[in-house]
Amino acid sequence: MTETRGHLADQIARFARLLRGAGLPVGTATVIDALAAATAVGPRRREDFYWALHSVCVTRRDQHDLFDQAFRLFWRFAPAAAEAGPPDLATAPPDAADEISPRLADGLAPRSELRTAAPERDAAMTYSAREAFQRMDFEKMTADELAAAKKAAAEIALDLAAVPTRRFRPDPRGGRIDMRRTLRAMVRAGGGAIPLQRRAAATRRPALVALCDISGSMSRYARILLHFLHAAARDGDRVHVFLFGTRLTDATRQLRNRDVDRALDDLADTVRDWGGGTRIGHCLRDFNRRWSRRVLGGDAVVLLISDGLDRDAGAGLDAEVARLRRSCRRLIWLNPLLRYAGFEAKSLGIRAILPHVDDFRPAHNLDSLEALARALSGRTGGTGRDGERAAA
Amino acid sequence: MTAAPPASVDATRALLAQGDYVADRALATALFLALKLNRPLFLEGEAGVGKTEIAKVLARTLDRQLIRLQCYEGLDVASAVYEWNYSRQMMEIRLAEASGELNRAQLGEDVFSRRFLIERPLLQALEPPVGQGPPVLLIDELDRADAPFEAYLLELLADFQITIPELGTVAAERPPIVIVTSNRTREIHDALKRRCFYHWLDYPDMARELAILRLKAPAAGAELGRQVVAFVQELRGADLFKLPGVAETIDWANALAALDARALAEDQVAETLGVLLKYQDDIARMRAADIGAMVGRARDPETDPAPSPAGP
Repeated sequence: MTETRGHLADQIARFARLLRGAGLPVGTATVIDALAAATAVGPRRREDFYWALHSVCVTRRDQHDLFDQAFRLFWRFAPAAAEAGPPDLATAPPDAADEISPRLADGLAPRSELRTAAPERDAAMTYSAREAFQRMDFEKMTADELAAAKKAAAEIALDLAAVPTRRFRPDPRGGRIDMRRTLRAMVRAGGGAIPLQRRAAATRRPALVALCDISGSMSRYARILLHFLHAAARDGDRVHVFLFGTRLTDATRQLRNRDVDRALDDLADTVRDWGGGTRIGHCLRDFNRRWSRRVLGGDAVVLLISDGLDRDAGAGLDAEVARLRRSCRRLIWLNPLLRYAGFEAKSLGIRAILPHVDDFRPAHNLDSLEALARALSGRTGGTGRDGERAAA
Repeated sequence: MTAAPPASVDATRALLAQGDYVADRALATALFLALKLNRPLFLEGEAGVGKTEIAKVLARTLDRQLIRLQCYEGLDVASAVYEWNYSRQMMEIRLAEASGELNRAQLGEDVFSRRFLIERPLLQALEPPVGQGPPVLLIDELDRADAPFEAYLLELLADFQITIPELGTVAAERPPIVIVTSNRTREIHDALKRRCFYHWLDYPDMARELAILRLKAPAAGAELGRQVVAFVQELRGADLFKLPGVAETIDWANALAALDARALAEDQVAETLGVLLKYQDDIARMRAADIGAMVGRARDPETDPAPSPAGP
């Protein structure tokens, strides 16, 4: 009996290792829980075994498909409801012919060696040269200047102005009385005068969501802005970054990697539509349906980074941008096309988006990025719908 | 008399069926494990699929008290766990002063004693009335509370005890049955989910939704019920901002039955669409032609809507 249990424990540990390699956060505690769960449901039905492991190892909806594939691969059976019977614990290594997702393949293959990052050229410049560098359009930069610009972009600290929350913290100059601390102070003082303690609303940074266009027309800008967004994504836990071209991809997880080159390498593997066409309406609809309620959280600032040139000529864009605007606090559009002094909104895509945004800014050089950072931190007044409030 | 928890997955399913709740085997497995291994059950899913309902059914069938904590942004210890009755405490201090017997040490003990403590849901769950089994604690919509509250809850769910600085530690003799629900408007921290058994509640397939409707909306006849389910199943494949949940299906069936409908009629469907769809964008998107076609397909007894995606 213990032998079977020991065998089962081994198998579950190996399965957990497979899941871990595929990216699911399955730790030792989970393995122990999985064994307890598998023992509790008993060996009679395969389906129960599947769901027992599932309820322990899976903690998010999107992990389900990966788990499912890994389970079928590892335990070599599909737990159909019609087949009752104990699970076959003898497992065999998978065939090369099986079609498996790339993440799972990562989990099965040994880890590749660490990629080394290329050394950054140190650009030391005089003051006037630096001024010119700040104003230089990214499009016109040479490779060296681009490398320096990427470094500089990463150093622009995006510090969103804090918004008040519904929690309170002690504050001697606060507007509300903190009854609990007052009572305690009263008891300490032994009656007589009531030493009033006060509290005020705590503040926190709002969520930030960046939707970045990576189509052909934007590719130069997108690469630099990604360095900027990488720094922003690592800064807070309520920052999400999405990339879109012909489809929408969630890039937050990859950008959390400390090494920016590694992060961008990971992204290059995942994102399939670099430098392709743009379907803004389609991608925004995808965002509104699948992500907006999860990441916007009621007080988010959304950065839409795109030139507005749309392959679909703005079809369906109006409704989607309107829905996006209703779901967030502030919608800011960063458009590199604004580098042209005489910019007029002519394309249908741009005309569809423009009425709904709170702030329309250029994003073609370092100065514009710094202006954006200043605007978001509330140090200069932004032109938001809630412009009358003190901060962003 | 409080019942013992079920001994197997089949028994769990039967127990839920007793309470008129139709659960699939996956949910029954997760619930059985949660009950047997004394861990919370974390249910995630869209609004209206039956996450809250299962806690109520469990409380009814196991004959336990249901303690409900509805979460919202800014929920803190004072509203969720306990609060001191400040006005009575102040009176106590004033009375002690007025009567002249003011002993400072004694005053501290008197004022901060159990009789001035207001118990909120989480503390009530730890200390059920004598003679009853541990209650069912429903923590509803945890995603609406914020991260500090989650951290506090994690501590509570790990040890089932609370430390009140003025009083001491209050521990539960027997841990309550905890069910946590989330609408996924925010990602709950992994540490909390790891503590629980996780299950994603999806929209039911045709067979299960029919079974649910038969139990929950008996006023609608068999034929109307079948057409309603066929229509809603097809509607869930449409491009809507918010898909209708099971609660909406039940409401709609009851609404149509109240209007004396025996079968779906195009104009009636168009008028009662507000019961199914709660966003104006979605209602406007359902044009007359689409509704007509869908009603036609729903009325056809041969219709078999596309199967829903699932695990095994």
